Amino acid sequence: MKLLRITNSPNASLRDKLLFAGFIAFTLTFTLHLTTFAQGTPPTDDEVNKIAKQLYCPVCESTPLDVCPTEACRQWRDVIRTMLSEGRSEAEIKQHFVEQYGVRVLNEPPNRLVSYLVPGIAILLGAFTLLRGFQAWKKPGVKGPTSIQKERVAKSPSEEPSDVLTGEAQPAQDQYIARMEEELRKRNESSH
Amino acid sequence: MTASPAPRRGVPIWIQITVWAFLVGLLAIVGVGLNRAQQGTVQPGHSIDEFTLPLFSGYELDGKTEVKITDLRGKVIVINFWASWCKPCEQEAAELQAAWEEYAPTGQVIFLGVDYVDTEPEARVYLKKFGIDFPNGPDLATRISQYFRIAGVPETYFVDKDGILQYVRIGPFTSIDQIREQIDPLLK
Repeated sequence: MKLLRITNSPNASLRDKLLFAGFIAFTLTFTLHLTTFAQGTPPTDDEVNKIAKQLYCPVCESTPLDVCPTEACRQWRDVIRTMLSEGRSEAEIKQHFVEQYGVRVLNEPPNRLVSYLVPGIAILLGAFTLLRGFQAWKKPGVKGPTSIQKERVAKSPSEEPSDVLTGEAQPAQDQYIARMEEELRKRNESSH
Repeated sequence: MTASPAPRRGVPIWIQITVWAFLVGLLAIVGVGLNRAQQGTVQPGHSIDEFTLPLFSGYELDGKTEVKITDLRGKVIVINFWASWCKPCEQEAAELQAAWEEYAPTGQVIFLGVDYVDTEPEARVYLKKFGIDFPNGPDLATRISQYFRIAGVPETYFVDKDGILQYVRIGPFTSIDQIREQIDPLLK
């Protein structure tokens, strides 16, 4: 065969080797090129928005970054896109935004346990304090007469002033009421 | 003969109190927020305490990559808040740079640009576009703008040689004379 004859010649062997080397070089170059292209593929809008919706616009109030129409938000979405194309993770990108613009850009507090537990515990403690306060208010303890009150009772009724502020029954009033009741009782008996 | 109605059971007292405590707490938070919002910016007469502004490379002050406000005592300080996305900031950019070029040789006045919630590449484009070369840096985590309680950009604060705030400009300057009017009295 003509072809076999050619390949069997020393020149043909050299040419085959060169062709083979060229093929390998081309394959490697093409493969490397493809790999580079894959790494440099720009992230899709969905990938950008997945992170952007977890962040809030630092300028507009209560507007997630993925739907914010301002120029500033467009710039920040570009930052996310650039960082994604550099191979940065979601956590790294969010951390970058916190460092640049503060914690307020996050749609959720960074430390969830502390953020949710502390207000809850504070509210429960406050409620417990209020509850105890109301219970003490609703059921005041029946206090016995103080030593001063006992002393006042021991004195004559005419000397005893009425205590309007506290509303406590005074000995003078008690005697007056008792006398009134006695007179009413006698009148009823006499009428019968 | 009718059956007596079952005694009505209300909401337990602890639930009522928890709900009230929650509402009172919520009102307190809203109240504090409203109070803070109504405070406005820091007012003239306020002593400007320590804060540090990191500077963009190429916009350092005497080779330093960050500037501490207390290191500048003895000089009049003009602190300008701006952003590349802020259109009104563009109106005053040229005036600020012209004023800086006028006062910089005296060595008695320092201009500081604070880039508010911006991206560095866009900020650099803005600075280059308007030929600004006075010290500029980012307001990292908005600490400086929160300290001044700025309402937006542009805003400019004039601090005297003793570190006391003397004048606050809300909105852009429209001429270099407006800047001179604030700086000249502070130099006397």
